[in-house]
Order: sequence, then structure tokens, then C-alpha cells
Amino acid sequence: MSNVAGLEPGLEGACGPRAKMRAMQPPATREAPWLAAMLIAIALTFLALFLVMPLVVVFVEALGAGLSAYVAALSEPDARAAIGLSLTVAAIAVPLNLVFGLMASWAVAKFAFPGKSLLVTLIDLPLSVSPVVAGLIYVLLFGAQGLLGPFLIRHHIEIVFALPGIVLATVFVTFPFVARELIPLMEDLGNGDEEVALTLGATGFQVFMRVTLPNIRWALLTGVLLCNARAMGEFGAVSVVSGHIRGLTDTMPLYIEILYNEYNGVAAFAVASLLAGLALATLAAKALLEFVFRPRDVEDPVQRVRRP
Amino acid sequence: MTTPISVRDIVKSFTPTQGRAALNGVSLDVASGELMALLGPSGSGKTTLLRIIAGLEIADSGTVHFGSEDASAKTVQERRVGFVFQNYALFKHLTVEENVSFGLEIRPAARRPPAAEIRRRARELIELVQLAGLEKRRPTQLSGGQRQRVALARALAVEPKVLLLDEPFGALDAKVRRDLRHWLRAICTRTGHTTIFVTHDQDEALELADRVAVLSGGRIEQVGTPDEVYDHPATPFVHSFIGEASTLSAEAREGRIHIGGHALHLPTPHEDVRGTFFVRPQDVAISDAAGLDAEIVAMRRTGATRRAEIALAADLGHVEIEVPAAINFRPGDRIKVRFVRGSFFPDG
Repeated sequence: MSNVAGLEPGLEGACGPRAKMRAMQPPATREAPWLAAMLIAIALTFLALFLVMPLVVVFVEALGAGLSAYVAALSEPDARAAIGLSLTVAAIAVPLNLVFGLMASWAVAKFAFPGKSLLVTLIDLPLSVSPVVAGLIYVLLFGAQGLLGPFLIRHHIEIVFALPGIVLATVFVTFPFVARELIPLMEDLGNGDEEVALTLGATGFQVFMRVTLPNIRWALLTGVLLCNARAMGEFGAVSVVSGHIRGLTDTMPLYIEILYNEYNGVAAFAVASLLAGLALATLAAKALLEFVFRPRDVEDPVQRVRRP
Repeated sequence: MTTPISVRDIVKSFTPTQGRAALNGVSLDVASGELMALLGPSGSGKTTLLRIIAGLEIADSGTVHFGSEDASAKTVQERRVGFVFQNYALFKHLTVEENVSFGLEIRPAARRPPAAEIRRRARELIELVQLAGLEKRRPTQLSGGQRQRVALARALAVEPKVLLLDEPFGALDAKVRRDLRHWLRAICTRTGHTTIFVTHDQDEALELADRVAVLSGGRIEQVGTPDEVYDHPATPFVHSFIGEASTLSAEAREGRIHIGGHALHLPTPHEDVRGTFFVRPQDVAISDAAGLDAEIVAMRRTGATRRAEIALAADLGHVEIEVPAAINFRPGDRIKVRFVRGSFFPDG
């Protein structure tokens, strides 16, 4: 009868005193100063060694022969073709995965259906399977000797060793990023907001645009940016399906490898720096968007505990 | 603006994974302007019934009428119900005023009031729920009680035919609950909406509702005024669920209830049948002369009065009785008791 009433003061208490206690750090969990200093030092050293240094090396090597050599390497026709191809592939694969990821998350989070747990497992498949295998799958399916090969040749449809193959492989590899960001969030949010909107007379489209999308926009943005970074950077799967036709089916990562194998260090690092720069710009864009638009919510434990 | 609700023979089953309680043929009539409580333990189907009335859930069979119109085949949007959730479900990215005007803003241009009118109505409702001055706040900056009032204002903004509230005060602490109860009563009286609210809190149901429908196991056990369900429970379930009661095994003979061979001064229409006798703590009197022998087992203080647990002589059973605060027995004390009132339900 009164269980809920009795429980509530505890919940309310979670926002006040307990939050304060967390900030004060009870002595039992406070480390000795030397230990804290050591842990921080190890973390920072690791960061410098494995993240910052390689990035710096890329840019230093790229600009090692001077700015003019850098610009020349990037304005090479093959380089421009590779940059263009990478951007094109990302421009196709990312919107596709935005839509697929959104639909998959919606289906998983909002409905109960047979095979749901199988679907959730399959969504992670591209992350667990080696990208080379992913590429091979498409060659075996669409290649000249593949399952659908004869049909495609008869109808003059090029998939493997052409743009469609590269896009397919990229879509496969980058599929999980949007879905993985959204599924836990949407499951956590539940249907309450959507149901209220329906009782207020909203159409399905209005519910999505005005209620669901605002609720998931940050997770969606994160997923899209991660998806984009991977789409531009994917090597393994694309390498198998592309056929390495210079100036035609070489994406930036493939082109970098070719240059590197030809001992053209400056050009290789120049293109690599551009790729790394794109990744950094992506992360910066995400941080900036979050900084500008995310509402500074007050601590809100009630909202968080309310869902069982 | 007042619409009666009529629910007929609602049956609804769920697969185990859906995790909701089923309904096995529920019928209910709510008069226009009436405030009806659906009371029951969790799993009794009360929320399912409310969601079917709202159109958020589709019944396997049965009908829902709002006034003379059949709402059964209508979509949620067409039913025009005001629905308030236990967890408020406020739109977190919108301000209080934007939340309240949401239902009007999303209307197609032909039916949408002009912007100034929407604003006026939103402000009026915010005033009604006593949140004036908080129009620009976001839900996260409000207390639980304030959020629930925003949720109600938002539901009222679309001029619903009926108001449906699912455990409206379930997530609030005891004091806020009591305050909001009186306030909700006042609002309903003022707007005149036919209102159904779900609760598992009997105090809330008895205090707030014009009538209470008690549900258990997907069926309605009893529908009646708070006095009827409290004083004349129709089934053993209602008696044990609403208010406190002790149970004793008993039998009906010669028009009276007997306990262990003792004839009580309580008549019963049942004849020559064994059953269970329900008695509330306040319906047991301590008598000086005649009565059943009993021994005090334990005493405890409950607010204005005391409760004594007594063991009836000859192992007839234990009973909770109410004792004035001025009297304090000790365990082992012997007393005589008389049952002033109680209900007998035959077994089976």
C-alpha cells in the first residue's frame, strides 16, 4: 500500500546529500598523493606515447620537405581522385547508415518481436568480423566468379572493383556505429514521451520529429560522426573490393599505402595528415556542437531512476 | 464538456514478454463529471484498462464508448483523451509553456488556433495549475510535484473529452501526494471532466474518488462509493485489500455468525456453511461483562491510537484491535472482546 510513499524519501535524498558526498570524496576512497600522482603520470605518458606522438609525427613528416612539396603531393591528380572518392563514399555510406541505424534501433527499442536478440547480436557482427572477411564476402557475392557474377555481367552492372562495391563494403563495416549509440538510449527512454504525444493528437511523423529526434539527437550525432570517421578511414574491407585502380578506385587509405610502398614518404604522410586532419575536425565539430547546443541540465536523479 | 465513459466486456491477453496484466471481461460505467478510481494491486490490470480506454492498447474484444460515440475503432489521436503518466513524460527539450502548448501547436493549420490564442491558453492553464512564473523553466528544473502539474496542464490544453491519470502521484513523496490530492479534486470539480485515475493506494482512492472500482486478477471485484467499498465489501478480496482486517474461521448457523461455537450478535443471510469472518481493528470493542476471552500478545502505537494484537482463547486465532491511546495493556493481560461489526464470506 504505502511502499512507494515509503521509498520516495530515499529517492529524493539521492539528489541532495548523496550527490554532495560524491563531490567531497569520502576519505576511504581517496588515494595517497604519491599514488594519485603516479597514476596520472602513467596515464599522461601513455596518452603522449600512443596518441599524441603518432599524430605529431604524421604532420611533421608530411611537412618535412616544405609546404610546397606538401601542396604538390595533395594536388597530384591521383591524390585528388582518392580524396574525392573517399568523400563520395562517406557521403553515400553515412546517410544510408543513419537511416538503417535509426530504423534498427527503433525496431529493437520499441517493439518486441521474434529474433530480436539475434538482430541485436548481428548488429555487432561487422565489429567482430575482420574487415578483410567483410570485403571477401562482397567479392564472393558480386565478383565475376561470385554467386551473382554472371547475372551482373549480363546486365553490365559493375559492383566489385568499382564505386558500388566500395560503398557496400563501407556500409557493412560502419553499420554498427549509429545503432550501437541509439539502442541503449532508446531502450532506456521507453515509449512514454511518444505515447503522450499521441494522446495530444500528434501524427507518427510529428512524434518522430518533435519528440523522438530531440531526445536522441546527441547520441545520433555521436553515432554519425563515428560512422563518418570510420567510413573515410576504412582500409581492409575496401582494399579487398576496390581492385586498387589508381585514380579510379583508390580511396585515401589505399592511396596512402601505395605511396608508402613506393617509398614516397612525403606524399604518403601528406595524404595521411589530411585523413588525420579530417578525423580531428570531426571530433572538434562534435565537441563544439555539444558545447554550443547541449542544454546545461541541472542534476536530475528523479528522471534517471524513474524507469525500472 | 462532460462525457460519460462506458466500457463493455473488455478482454485483453498479453504474451509473457509484453509484461502487462491481462483483463478477463471488464465492464465499467463512469458518469459524466465523475471522478473514478481504479484501485488494485500490481498485476490486477488497472493500468491495462486505462490504456485501453485511452487507445494506447487495443483490446482483444469489447467496446469503449465516450458518450454515445463508439471509441473502440478510433485511434489514440481521434479519441481526444487527456492522459497523465506516473513518470510525467514531459518533453525535456521544451520549456513548461512549450510543453503545455504542444498539443495545440501540432494541429494542422486549419484547426490550429492563432499563436496569440495558443499563448493565452497555455498561460491560463499554467495559472490554473499554479505554476505562473515558471513558464520558461525546463522540466529538469522543476520538482516532482511541479512536473506532474505541468503534465496535467498539458493534457488539459487540448480540451480532452475525458481525463485519464495513471498513478499520477506514484512517484511523489507522501506530503506532496496529500497536497496534490486536494488540488486535483479541486481542479476536476472546476473543469468538470470525467476523470479516471489508477492507483494502488487505497487512501488516495477513498479520499479522492466519487466511486472506486476495485480490480484483482483482471476482473472488477466491486464498484462503489468509498463508503460502500469500505463498509460493505462485496468479496473477501475487497475486504482484505481495502482497510485493515483480521480473519477468523467461522460458520453461519441459525442466522448468526459463530466463532468456535460462540454465537456473535451479528446476523448473516448465509445458513449452515463454513467460511471466513473479517473484522476491522476499530470494530472490536473491549467489554467488561460478556464477550470472548482473549490475551494480549503485543501492543504498538499507531498515531492517535494504539493497536493490540490479541489471541482469542481456545486457539480461535489472532486479531488486531484498536485501543484508545490512554489505555496501555501489557502482554499477558487478559481481556474480553466483542465484535461490533464484521463480514462473513462462505468458503469456496
